[in-house]
Amino acid sequence: MHEMGICDGILSASLDAAAKENATRVNSIDVTIGDLTEIQGEALQFAFGVLTKDTIAENAVLNITTVSALSRCADCAAEFSHGRFDAKCPECGSYMCELLQGRELRVDAIDID
Amino acid sequence: MRVDIAKGILEKNDGLAAENRRMFAESGVFVVDLMASPGAGKTSTILATIAALRDRYRIAVIEGDIASRVDAEKISAHGIPAVQINTGGACHLESDMIRRAVATLDLVELDLLIIENVGNLVCPTDFDLGENAKVMILSVPEGHDKPYKYPNIFQVAEAVILNKYDTVSFFDFDEAEFREVVGSLNPAAPIFPMAATKGDGVDAWAAWLTDRIEAARAGESA
Repeated sequence: MHEMGICDGILSASLDAAAKENATRVNSIDVTIGDLTEIQGEALQFAFGVLTKDTIAENAVLNITTVSALSRCADCAAEFSHGRFDAKCPECGSYMCELLQGRELRVDAIDID
Repeated sequence: MRVDIAKGILEKNDGLAAENRRMFAESGVFVVDLMASPGAGKTSTILATIAALRDRYRIAVIEGDIASRVDAEKISAHGIPAVQINTGGACHLESDMIRRAVATLDLVELDLLIIENVGNLVCPTDFDLGENAKVMILSVPEGHDKPYKYPNIFQVAEAVILNKYDTVSFFDFDEAEFREVVGSLNPAAPIFPMAATKGDGVDAWAAWLTDRIEAARAGESA
């Protein structure tokens, strides 16, 4: 449960960018969260509601895009998506796979006035 | 108006972690981040590691806890420099805390720095501290099913210590299943059965750590 800290990172990146554009209001913030991180969407939304109070992002919408895990097999080069427990190549059965996506924690964009 | 940012949420932590990593490499100190539940035996494992490697390496310890100096005092009692970080409620260590803690240590006089993270199987996994290796400890009484419940920590760890192994016959711990699940999550990670307070199994772990330290040194001087 460290959604507060994560949310603080989202908010400071967003408010910095908004200040550079002389924004008066942040309407929405788009973030991308990988499925293999320990971030829970509901807890992140709760933290967002708390931390945006009395900022220009108060009442802004937090849009969370989740990314599922994708790996490439080191043995046969097959690419496949998977959950947390089945990072095993469906083509050749190898466990030696490189994670291509799934651990993202990124602020993509903001919408401001 | 839409403004693109495309920034890592943990960019600040990751940037400081990269600076820590550079500082550790320049000082020639190898850094291990030990992660586990409260009570799994992090401090006992550190004491066993100190006993095994203190003749070979100059060691210091950073202790991360929400409160108290209990652990740092246990380490100091063995004549090893120990810095206590009190996170004051935070559930994990971050790279700026490590930065402040190492300011009190003479890094060039050290070979091995062991960081004891806050007891937690969730939060420490997402935070890079600038360490060379993250290692996790699971103790037998916690159960063989923990990798199902907390997969991430088993994935980010380079090695897994199975502590309190001397009690394995008293608990319903299915070691074969544990090894199979850890293997599917992280096939490269070795598993070291250990009883840290008795010294059983410490040699294999200490040998692995020694190999990693020597490999890092060879890489730096190459």
